Amino acid sequence: MVDIARTLFFPGLPAAGASRDCTSETPGVRAGLIAASLLFLALFLLAPLAAVFAQALSAGFGAWAAALVEPDALSAIRLTLLVAVIAVPLNCVFGLAAAWAAAKHEFRGKAFLISLIDLPFSVSPVIAGLIYVLLFGAGSAIGPWLSAHGVQVLFAVPGIVLATVFVTVPFVARELIPLMQAQGTTEEEAALSLGASGWRTFLRVTLPNVKWGLLYGVLLCNARAMGEFGAVSVVSGHIRGMTNTMPLHVEILYNEYNFQAAFAVASLLALLALVTLVLKTALEARLGGGAPGRVR
Amino acid sequence: MALALPALRRPSVIPGFGLTLGFTILYLSLVVLIPLSGVVWRTADLGWAEFLRLATDERTLAALKVSFGCAFAAAALNVVFGALVAWVLVRYRFPGRPLLDAAVDLPFALPTAVAGIALTALYAPDGWIGGPLAALGLKIAWTPLGIVVALVFVGLPFVVRTVQPVMEEIEREIEEASATLGASRARTVFRVLAPSLSPALLTGFALAFARGVGEYGSVIFIAGNLPYRSEIAPLLIVIRLEEFNYAAATAIAAVMLAISFAMLLAINSLQAWSRRRYGHG
Repeated sequence: MVDIARTLFFPGLPAAGASRDCTSETPGVRAGLIAASLLFLALFLLAPLAAVFAQALSAGFGAWAAALVEPDALSAIRLTLLVAVIAVPLNCVFGLAAAWAAAKHEFRGKAFLISLIDLPFSVSPVIAGLIYVLLFGAGSAIGPWLSAHGVQVLFAVPGIVLATVFVTVPFVARELIPLMQAQGTTEEEAALSLGASGWRTFLRVTLPNVKWGLLYGVLLCNARAMGEFGAVSVVSGHIRGMTNTMPLHVEILYNEYNFQAAFAVASLLALLALVTLVLKTALEARLGGGAPGRVR
Repeated sequence: MALALPALRRPSVIPGFGLTLGFTILYLSLVVLIPLSGVVWRTADLGWAEFLRLATDERTLAALKVSFGCAFAAAALNVVFGALVAWVLVRYRFPGRPLLDAAVDLPFALPTAVAGIALTALYAPDGWIGGPLAALGLKIAWTPLGIVVALVFVGLPFVVRTVQPVMEEIEREIEEASATLGASRARTVFRVLAPSLSPALLTGFALAFARGVGEYGSVIFIAGNLPYRSEIAPLLIVIRLEEFNYAAATAIAAVMLAISFAMLLAINSLQAWSRRRYGHG
């Protein structure tokens, strides 16, 4: 009976009495370590996720849907989509250009350039918002000039887009640079020597080679762009129905003690996170080994 | 058309160097470098004495202490549990393992505001986890402990994903040698394996710590935000901005940026050192 339970729940464990591998722990220790990490992950990762959906549906499916089709929620969803539709392609073009320059060419200062691309990851999101307030706010040189000409950056959509672009700059580039570096330049050289133009080489040789890596970067970039809170919160001004993205709308509802509606909007973002994780896992299988080594 | 940089660049038949490098530098300058340099200019405008006065303001110092202290505690916890989770994922095969492996990345994918309200609901005195703990007299939400909980959530994948590939590369022969020489399993793990994992653990610690110091969205809901006690530095920046006190906000940001860049430098040299010493980063 114990043996059956053992093979059912821990198929990797050797059967009782089997000679034990000297490079592994005893079955008891194994089971204990597995149980400890399961408990830790359940408490810190799975419970929060479950809580989001439990709270969102606490007043029933009707209330959940009502919180999502309410005009302010709809406008927040629209703004979040709009910001992602602008920010992700911009950083996609940047990532491709940066990877082409850094992975296909050798030049002095390359390592420095690559670490500059990662810079936004080491800046607090709040500081990412602050720098745009300093640049376009009342005390700056450009801000008053722009608003005199009818262009509002802060507390408006352009500021939200800029802050989002800042925090998501590295995502596509940091996926593509190592991938394109590993692929080398021989295929491009072959295409060029056969008479293809630079553009044609890029579109027909390089791009198909990196398409899964590109998609991976776009996926992570999009998840962050739609979910960004700190940077956007500083520049948005929190004008309901106007400059509220989904994460900001969650905050407003929560601070109004409208918990059910806050969690309903949050559940939509959690769904986005789950879809991102599923697609990411599928893409990692396509990209092959090395994928679990990705940090951020 | 192409930029003439003959001395800087190794000759190559691949075209488009000038165009793509030019675009990369222009884009980075416009989006990242010029806006960031604003913090430096504004800080320089303040003058040294005024900057020191703002940066050493009692509430600012308290907020920095809360941010760095909680980030340090959370990163330390993450090293312990991150190493455990990575070990279990790399070494053991059990049902649901691939699911768990994918779930480790949840904090990267889940928007911070969502994580913040979910953790608050869980660890509040009437929550699923906070309730039983409150019965034991332990209050988590709206105390500095809540900040640590949020930062453990945010930082976990940094440690797991840094340590995991290094654990995968450990050669079994080393463990066999240790075992045949008579070392117990525990001795092998702590005296043979742990030293070669330490650079990766340290890097993971530094990454989780750096992220925790700047974290905002997941913390502000659970922190309680009491000045001098559970108010983090990024929140104080937001408060100063809302008061239109740009000088104070800039001073706090300058202190945080200086420390983060020092951390970044430390992480990079740590990785370079470990690549030289152990052949992996």
